[in-house]
Amino acid sequence: MALLQIAEPGESTAPHAHRLAAGIDLGTTNSLVASVRSGVADTLPDVDGRHLLPSVVRYPETGRPVVGAAALAAATEDPLNTIASVKRLMGRGVEDVKRLGTQLPYDFVPGASAMPLLRTVAGDVSPVEVSAEILRVLKARAEQTLGGELQGVVITVPAYFDEAQRQATKDAGRLAGLNVLRLLNEPTAAAVAYGLDKGSEGVIAIFDLGGGTFDISILRLNRGVFEVMATAGDSSLGGDDFDRLVAHWIMQEAGVADDAGHIQMRRLMQVARTAKEALTDQPVVDVRLERIDGTPWQGELTRERFEALIEPLLQKALSPCRRALRDAGIRTGDVEAVVMVGGSTRIPLVRRRVGEFFGREPLVDIDPDRVVAVGAAIQADILAGNKPEDEMLLLDVIPLSLGLETMGGLSEKIIPRNSTIPTARAQEFTTFKDGQTAMSLHVVQGERELVSDCRSLARFELRDIPPMVAGAARIRVTFQVDADGLLNVTAEEKGTGARSSIVVKPSYGLSDVEIERMLGDSLSHAREDMELRRLREEQVEADRVLEALRAALAMDADRILNAEERDVIEAAARDLAEARDGTDYRAIKAAIGAVEQASGDYVARRMNESIRKAMAGHRVDEFKS
Amino acid sequence: MAADLSSSYFQLFGLPRAFGIDAAQLDSRYRELQRIAHPDRYASAGDQERRLAMQQATRINEGYQTLKDPLKRGRYLLELGGFVFSDQHQTTRDPEFLMEQMELREALGAVKTAGDPLAMLAGLMDRIAADFAALTVELQSRFTGGDCGNPQAAAETLMKMQFFRRLQEEAQELEAALEDELT
Repeated sequence: MALLQIAEPGESTAPHAHRLAAGIDLGTTNSLVASVRSGVADTLPDVDGRHLLPSVVRYPETGRPVVGAAALAAATEDPLNTIASVKRLMGRGVEDVKRLGTQLPYDFVPGASAMPLLRTVAGDVSPVEVSAEILRVLKARAEQTLGGELQGVVITVPAYFDEAQRQATKDAGRLAGLNVLRLLNEPTAAAVAYGLDKGSEGVIAIFDLGGGTFDISILRLNRGVFEVMATAGDSSLGGDDFDRLVAHWIMQEAGVADDAGHIQMRRLMQVARTAKEALTDQPVVDVRLERIDGTPWQGELTRERFEALIEPLLQKALSPCRRALRDAGIRTGDVEAVVMVGGSTRIPLVRRRVGEFFGREPLVDIDPDRVVAVGAAIQADILAGNKPEDEMLLLDVIPLSLGLETMGGLSEKIIPRNSTIPTARAQEFTTFKDGQTAMSLHVVQGERELVSDCRSLARFELRDIPPMVAGAARIRVTFQVDADGLLNVTAEEKGTGARSSIVVKPSYGLSDVEIERMLGDSLSHAREDMELRRLREEQVEADRVLEALRAALAMDADRILNAEERDVIEAAARDLAEARDGTDYRAIKAAIGAVEQASGDYVARRMNESIRKAMAGHRVDEFKS
Repeated sequence: MAADLSSSYFQLFGLPRAFGIDAAQLDSRYRELQRIAHPDRYASAGDQERRLAMQQATRINEGYQTLKDPLKRGRYLLELGGFVFSDQHQTTRDPEFLMEQMELREALGAVKTAGDPLAMLAGLMDRIAADFAALTVELQSRFTGGDCGNPQAAAETLMKMQFFRRLQEEAQELEAALEDELT
């Protein structure tokens, strides 16, 4: 309970132990974990001192999956069982995978959700499960380094990720046994690391070109508040694409056929990537390749040639930049700083083009690979409650409009892109046939007019509409987007009040049952261990709830509650204290629920009062002046 | 349990109910309110509290968007005053206004084939912005503080502003398409 968080200034809140929290940058190419230690946020290395964990998972025939450098090293010899760039598949359907075509050399098989599975010798795995393997390794690294269990994490996602991609990422976090406090947009995370470092104010642009995704975000910084004004991007544009262009160039030069096999493609991609990276510091690079028939090939790639190859993709990246500025209602001249994030911003041509576009030198002084994880760690530390006095606040937006399908396959926008979240919008619908008792709704995301050009998020049916003449029913459908950018839809028939609440389970997501099952499968814990662990978790939660409630009641119960209301709350608290000392975690969970139920109105009144008080202070000032 | 949704947005932001609004003050009140109510302040709280914070933060965002935009603010003030908008407020018989709308639409349609389409479009966008600003002044003159003596006339002004807003959006879409085409 966060009752304590609206404590009066100066009133001491009970001291509590530092909660272990971490920020995780789950990248296309590399992933990192960072944490705030002794007030300083930094990425955490593995035992060999490496900060970057290659986002590669290899599934051997027997034994646990291998993650990171060892898996990457095996990528060329075992391409089908070694999954790289899985981020590109998160929340993506069969159609998207087809569009990516030969770019991803895996065997895809249809699964229960719209997301296809990858066939490996260890069985079929979903992109969510592959991502969870990466997260598990980072979790273990953090827990070893910090010396305890993580209480919560912030996982970053590209700002331009749609709802399905976000949901898949959150599912991966849960699957890895993490308490995901927030999904944070990568450019916003970078702004936090950068802004806090520099103490900046004003409008900044974050240009984030990673391994597989591109984001541009325009933010306004004002005394610790990071307000995203607009965001745009391309969720399939990144360093991988540059590698592919170079690989194609090599294929042409070396006379390698287009139907090169998986192993050859992997090898080519690695040669291409090495060449690309070398060209950051040198004007020309030697490229060597052993053809599949064993004959060697050698060529030379100049920086000039490389730049000509990637120029069209950079031009493609400028279009979202213009759109973000337009949506923010500003011009390039209003941008006071441009921050470069992501490994691909090391490419000199990228820096040059961004500099020309914004008319100012971009800032490159923070390590573009680590800045996102560092920002996420700072927010995780605050969300875990380690800095109750901190003034930092992130106000983010949804990147793509949410809409409903209407007649003729058109999308009607319900929540426009770049709306600050959390946000909600309601729309009324009616029946078109006499006695109609059901209605189907199709939720889509995207800017295009035709539903077929947007991403289909979910279809659901509203049932139990009371039978009426056509047009008499008034069905109010409410879209609520939370602070993670995730959508929840509810519907209500206004005339009768018949309420049908639907949690939109995106076509790409996992159900709670599936998550539970996967968790059960993956944990080696015996059943009793699980029970004990749950019990301990619920006891900790119970203590927290009781402590917060006691402190709040002591502060203002006299003023806010009458005796009867107070009795009800205290009775629930006594029941919880009793359950807490028992051994049944379900009973504790239920008792916590009962306390929350009993104190709901009280909590709401406290929050409303704190808001009124904050604004009332102003009113007095105004009338005086 | 619910957030306090009974107060008006003006009350929520601690601002006088009036059409004229101090934008800088609105911005700073907004940030201050979100500092109190944003769900991130309740990240480790129970489900119920987090839901409440989300409701509050949603309402604060909604209120901010409403008060910030003269079109939404004007409409909101009329509704607060008890005025009910209906379909008849979607049309106008003002011939001068209708002529200008037609002319602007034709001009917008001709942009693509113009010699310098971006320059022509920029000129049109300036004109649309100026017309919108003039209507905002007209709307303001219909209010005394937060009260409106002639809501019918104010509703007509709002409807005209809505026309220009739509034109503005179309012009922006066109600009985006042109820029992507030309570069």
